[in-house]
Amino acid sequence: MSPESSGKSPAAHTDKAFEADLREVREKLLAMGGKVEEQIAKSMRALTERDSELGELVMEGDLEINRLEVDIDDLCRRILALRQPAASDLRLITTGLKIVTDLERIGDEAVNIAERAIELNQAPPLATYVDLPRLAELAQEQVKKALDAFVRADPKTAEEVLQSDDQLDDLFVKIFNELLGFMMEDSRTIRRATALVSICKYLERIGDHAMNVAEMVIYMVRGTDVRHPKSRAVPV
Amino acid sequence: MNAVAASSAPAPIASAEVPAPAKVEVQDLNVWFGKNNAVKDTSLSVQAHTVLAVIGPSGCGKSTFLRALNRMHDLVPAARVTGKVLVDGQDLYTREVDPVLLRRRVGMVFQRPNPFPTMSIEENVAAGLVLNGIGGNHHELVERSLRKAALWDEVKDRLGHAATSLSGGQQQRLCIARALAIEPEVLLMDEPASALDPIATAKIEELIHELKEHYTIIIVTHSMQQAARVSDHTAFFYIGELVEMGATEQIFTNPKERRTEDYVTGKFG
Repeated sequence: MSPESSGKSPAAHTDKAFEADLREVREKLLAMGGKVEEQIAKSMRALTERDSELGELVMEGDLEINRLEVDIDDLCRRILALRQPAASDLRLITTGLKIVTDLERIGDEAVNIAERAIELNQAPPLATYVDLPRLAELAQEQVKKALDAFVRADPKTAEEVLQSDDQLDDLFVKIFNELLGFMMEDSRTIRRATALVSICKYLERIGDHAMNVAEMVIYMVRGTDVRHPKSRAVPV
Repeated sequence: MNAVAASSAPAPIASAEVPAPAKVEVQDLNVWFGKNNAVKDTSLSVQAHTVLAVIGPSGCGKSTFLRALNRMHDLVPAARVTGKVLVDGQDLYTREVDPVLLRRRVGMVFQRPNPFPTMSIEENVAAGLVLNGIGGNHHELVERSLRKAALWDEVKDRLGHAATSLSGGQQQRLCIARALAIEPEVLLMDEPASALDPIATAKIEELIHELKEHYTIIIVTHSMQQAARVSDHTAFFYIGELVEMGATEQIFTNPKERRTEDYVTGKFG
């Protein structure tokens, strides 16, 4: 049943403990999402503000994200085993089990960015970062929108995430070409430029994970799987 | 060019495009008990060799609906049934249809196992044959029915024992064997496992999977998990009304109606 077509069910579960379990899944996913957004922002500040201590904090912060991943997985498994959820509840739990992996991966990418930032902070800056923070902003925006879509059970916002991914990819190519230019001009920049290319790649992947989350939100709300439209035409 | 392409393409499978005629078709069915409209304007169809599960809260009319499918309400003085129930296109509610002959085609298994207490296992299975005046080799039919009901191996050495000496789960399978002995085409089951333990329940559910090869089955159940496990299609009733019917997977993962959603997620109460 889609809230778009017939209104979101206002009724609560007769079993209050079940209701509380489902609320806990949502709340924990949100907490994890918030933490992940914070990690991306911090890792980028570690780079742009040349703050290696902040980079170290990102690495520490990842432990909490990992713990949340395990907690949410446990909770979802428990609900599957004990409650046999159906319909929208089942879709929430399967969505939870899947997006928790994407959120954890986004956390890992933030750690990767922090690690490259710490390396880069030990050498003189290669150039003024202009497009790179913009790429990070786009990636963060995608994550934020995907999580908003999840909170509000809003497939339209999720669709916007899917449509915006091209912007991220285009900017990635643009920055990559610029960095390639540096490397061709002066081989001494190769190490730093490669680290920056990696950061771009991490941000681009964060965008991909945000897309996965958005796709699952569409599934959660509408019950339709929008992933891999091209693969569907391929005979098995 | 187009003609060549068309002729080289594989021929479409006819059955995929033209749905098979329904084994059971219900049209505008209403059941009244006095002024109470227990089943309202219900239409649905069931394909042969499929299992339809009927779910809904107590008092939603699901058992009343099931009983209308073999004219069990004929015996209730205050009951009135309108609409049509067609089996292979023949309306069961026309005068020419003899309810006794009809119940040979549309068998029923009830909630509580109800073997005839004074009869042996074998006599129970053959009871329907005797009552219907069906001749022939009863021993063979009894064995075949008990095998179909997955009970033969457990009772073959004590066919003369009282039916009441069996466990609850065995008694229920005996009742299924009894229903099968008269060789029905449609099998109605009203909560057939609700009085059974999980192992006996699993045996009944396994049996339903096997039986659908030969029969069309309509099962009423309180247990949504059971409906999900055994059926191809599920119909949800609420206050006498068929709210939604669809493929079982769809009903349990993505129902279209809010009331179905609320029921399968446990929001009624």
